[in-house]
Amino acid sequence: MEENHVGITVEVNGRAHRSTVEPRTLLVDYLRDDLGLTGTHIGCDTGQCGACTVIVDGQSVKSCMVLAVQADGAHVRTVEGLAQDGRYHAVQQGFWEKHGLQCGFCTPGFMMQTVQILEDNPDPSDEEIRDALEGNLCRCTGYQNIVEAVKAAGATIRSGAETMAVGTGVGA
Amino acid sequence: MAVASPTRAFGASIRRREDPRLITGRGKFTDDIHLANAATAMFVRSPHGHARIVSIDTSAAAAHPGVLGVYTYQDVKGFISGMPCAWPTTNTGDTLKLATYPPLADGKVRFFGEAVALVVAVDPNTAADAVDLVQVEYDPLPAVVNNEAAVAPGAPLIHDSAPGNQAFRWSLVGGDTNGALAHADVRISQTLVNQRLIATPMETRCAVADYNPASGEVTVWVTSQNPHIHRLLIALSTGIPEHKIRVIAGDVGGGFGAKLPYYAGEALCIFASKELGVPVRWSESRSENYVATAHGRDHIQHIEVGATKEGKITALKVTAYASLGAYPSTAAPGVPTWLFGCIIQGPYDIPNNEVHVIGVYTNTTPTDAYRGAGRPEATYILERVIDLVAAKVGRDQVDVRRLNFVKKDQFPFKVANGTLTYDSGDYELALDQALHTVDYTHLRAWQEEQRAAGKLVGIGFSSYVEVCGLGPSSAANAMGFAGGLYDSATIRVHPTGKVTVFTGVHSHGQGHETSFAQIVARDLGVKVDDVDVIHGDTDKVQHGMGTYGSRSAPVGGGALRLAGMKIRAKAQKIAAHLLEVAEEDIEWVDDAFRVKGSPDKSKTIPDCAFAAYMAGNLPAGVTPILEEQHWYDPENFVYPFGTHICVVEVDRETGETHIKRYVAVDDCGEIINPMLRDGQVHGGIAQGIAQALWEEAVYDENGQLLSGSLMDYAIPKASVMPHLELGHTVTPSPHNPLGVKGIGEAGTIASTPAVVNAVMDALSPLGIHHIDMPLRPAKVWAAIDAASH
Repeated sequence: MEENHVGITVEVNGRAHRSTVEPRTLLVDYLRDDLGLTGTHIGCDTGQCGACTVIVDGQSVKSCMVLAVQADGAHVRTVEGLAQDGRYHAVQQGFWEKHGLQCGFCTPGFMMQTVQILEDNPDPSDEEIRDALEGNLCRCTGYQNIVEAVKAAGATIRSGAETMAVGTGVGA
Repeated sequence: MAVASPTRAFGASIRRREDPRLITGRGKFTDDIHLANAATAMFVRSPHGHARIVSIDTSAAAAHPGVLGVYTYQDVKGFISGMPCAWPTTNTGDTLKLATYPPLADGKVRFFGEAVALVVAVDPNTAADAVDLVQVEYDPLPAVVNNEAAVAPGAPLIHDSAPGNQAFRWSLVGGDTNGALAHADVRISQTLVNQRLIATPMETRCAVADYNPASGEVTVWVTSQNPHIHRLLIALSTGIPEHKIRVIAGDVGGGFGAKLPYYAGEALCIFASKELGVPVRWSESRSENYVATAHGRDHIQHIEVGATKEGKITALKVTAYASLGAYPSTAAPGVPTWLFGCIIQGPYDIPNNEVHVIGVYTNTTPTDAYRGAGRPEATYILERVIDLVAAKVGRDQVDVRRLNFVKKDQFPFKVANGTLTYDSGDYELALDQALHTVDYTHLRAWQEEQRAAGKLVGIGFSSYVEVCGLGPSSAANAMGFAGGLYDSATIRVHPTGKVTVFTGVHSHGQGHETSFAQIVARDLGVKVDDVDVIHGDTDKVQHGMGTYGSRSAPVGGGALRLAGMKIRAKAQKIAAHLLEVAEEDIEWVDDAFRVKGSPDKSKTIPDCAFAAYMAGNLPAGVTPILEEQHWYDPENFVYPFGTHICVVEVDRETGETHIKRYVAVDDCGEIINPMLRDGQVHGGIAQGIAQALWEEAVYDENGQLLSGSLMDYAIPKASVMPHLELGHTVTPSPHNPLGVKGIGEAGTIASTPAVVNAVMDALSPLGIHHIDMPLRPAKVWAAIDAASH
C-alpha cells in the first residue's frame, strides 16, 4: 500500500508536518487520524454540515471536501489553534459566554466559520450572521445563541479587550 | 471561608463548566478514541427495502490485503442472535408480536440499509474497499412502507411471526366516548399524518470495543444516552458477564432519543474485538446514520371529536396506525402507546376519550424515541382539534382553549383514562402571559388589516401539558418497561471540601456538569467551581437509567438534592460536635452551620469534611469520611406546560411560510440555570418548527429512503429560524425534591402545532382547514391553487 502514498508538508497551527498519505485521504481525516487533531469533527458525508470547517490559507473551508494532498504547502488553522498565548480567542469566549453550544460537536466548525465571518466584517447584522452561517448545521441550539455568540465575539474584537485566560473557572 | 455566592448559584445563568474543553477542541467524543492497533468495522447494507438473500460471497473481500475478517449472520449468531427489545409494552392483550431483530440479516432483508455483512480491516479505506467486494445476490420482494397499507389484506408479509404485519393492538379508554359522540352538538372527523422524522444529532453513532481475552473484560466506548442500560443489554444479549463490561459514553454529540437504543453495530464491534483480539471501531457515516439509526414519529391518526355548540369538547376518539419500522427497536413499542395515549387529553378536561393504537411493521428503518416521543403526536392531535372545533363553532381559538382547560383549582388532576395525575399547573396563566406578550387584541386587528390588503397572515396557538421526568419505577414496570426509572446520586466530599458528584443520568448537550453542580453547590454551601460532576462511565457510576423523557433534572437532580440532604445531616452532627453544642442548637444559614443566637460560631461543610476524614474527633456513632448516596424513585411523573404563539405570513405566490414572530411561555417549575433552560427551549422549538415546515423521511414504494442524506433531509439552517421570544411562569412540582419539571422536550412538543395552526389560520379565508405536514411551499401552494379554482 505504501507505494500509493504521496508526501505532503502541511503547516497546522504554526507547526510544520511532513507526512505520507494515500491520495484519497481527506484533509479532515488527515487532521484527525494522522495528526491526532480530533477537535475538527465529521458530521456528514456530503459537505452540508460544516462540522469540519477549518481555515486554509486564510479561507474557511470544509475539510471533508478537500484532499490532504491539496493542502500540501498550505497553512491550516484548526480549533486547537484558536487560543493564543494562554488566552481564548474572542470567538471561543463569545460561544462560551452566550451559551452558543450544547453538545459541542458542531461547535469547532461554527467557531472557525465565525473567525472568517468576523474577519470579513467585524460588525455583522443578525441577518448577515445567519446568512454567513449557511454552511454550518447545529441541531441543539436553534441558532439563537450562536448568533448572540458571533455578535459578542465581534464586539470583543472591535473593542480590543483582552479575552479570558484559558483555565479560568466559571467564577460562581 | 471564601464562598462568595454559592447560594445564589442555583437559579443563576452561569457559564457552562463543560465548555472550555469543547471550545478548545479537547472534547472526547467516541470517534476521538484512538487506540493502538485498532481495526475498523464497516457494514455491507441492503440496497433493497424487502428482499430474500439468495447468496452472500465474502471470499473476495476476505482475501483483500488488510482485511481481518468478514462475517455474516451465521458467523455472529452464536455471539448475539437478536437485538433485545426492552419495552414489550403492556395492555396489548395477546396481540403483541415482537419479531426477532437479527444483528445481521438472516436470510431476508426487511429495510433499505439493513446490515447484511460485517467487514473488519486494518484501516477505514481498506474496509471501504472490502465492503465493495462482498457479493450479495438478492431476490427482491414487494415492499410496504405505508402504515395502513401494511395491515391491509394482501400486503407483503414482513415477518412470519407477525401475521398481517401487526405488531400489537393497544387501547386506553376513559368515560363513554361513543355515547358522548352520539349526543354531541357538533362532530368532526379528521385524519392527521404525523410524519416520520430522522433525529439527526450532529454526531453520528460510533462504537469502539476493546476486548481483553486474558481477563474476559471488555471496554466499550459508545455514543449512548444511557450507558448502564447499554451495559445491561450487552450482557443480556451476548452473555458477557455484566461485571466484565465497562461502557463509557464520554462526550456525546446530541442524542434526541436516537442514542437511547442498543444497536447491532455496537454489539458487533464487541464480537469482532473478541474474535480478532484487537480493538475494533465503527463510526457511522451520515448516510449510514439515516438508514441505520432509529427514526421517529410516523403515525396515521383518525380522529373523531364531539363538542357542544360553545366548543366544549365532550368526546375524543383516536385510532392511530404507528409504524415500528421493520423490527422492534429497544424502546419502540412503548413510544406510540403509553407515551402517546396516556396524555391524549393534554391540558384539557375531556371527560370521554379513547385511544386505539395499531402497531405495524413496515419495510422501513426501525423507529424509536425521538425528542418528545409520543407526546408530540398526542399534542398535535389536540391542538389541531381545538382549532378545528373553534372554526366549526365560530369562536376564537383562545376562547375554546380557555373553555376546555383543566382549571388551576382542579390539581392534582386525574385524567379520564385514569393513568395520570397531573401534579400542578395554571394553564391560563401561561396562556395569558403569551397573549400579553403578543398584545393579542392588536395582533388580531393587524391581521384583519393585512387580510384586507390581500395578505395571508395567521396566528397559531399551542397549549400543552407533557408527562415527563420518567419514572416512577412502578409505573414503568406496569407499562412493560424492562427497567426501573429511579436514578442515583453519589456525593463525595473530599477532605479539602472539594466535591465529586456521580450521577446515573447522562449529559449529551444538556449541561449537567454545570446545572448539577449548581444544585449541589447550593445544598453544600460551596462554590460551583468546587463541584465536579461525573457521568457516562459504568465503572465510575454505580448504576443509573440515563437521560430521556426529560428526566435528568427531575429524577437525577432530585436524587442529588436528597443525597445532599444526607451529607448535610451527617455534617450537622459533626458541626455540632466541633462547636460543642447540641445538634438542635445549630442551624444552616448562609452556607454554614451556625449556633443559634451566635451566628459567628459556625462550621462549613468543608470544615466538617476535614474532621470526618481526620476521624479522630467525631461524635459517637458517626463513621469516618463524608460521602452519601441516594436512589431516588419519584412518586409521580412531572407535568410541564405552557402556551406558544406563532405568527406567520404565507406567500400566496410561492406557498412559502415566513415566521414573523414566535413567543413561547413555558412552565418547567423551578429553574436551575435560566440560560441553559432557554437553550433547551430554543433547540426544542427549532426541531418542532422543522417538523411543521420542512422535515420528512420519505420512502418510495420499494422502500428506498429518498431523504437519505443532509442534501435531501431538511434540518433547519440559521437563516430559516426566527428569533424566539421566551417567557416563563413558575409552578413548582409539589412532589419533586427540587420543584422542577423538566424542559428538554417541551419546545418540540409545543412548537409543531403552533406553526401548523398559524399556517391554517392564514389559509382559513380560502376555506383551507388542514394540510398534512411538512408544510413545504409546493404543498401549500397547491392547496392555495386548488382553493382558488
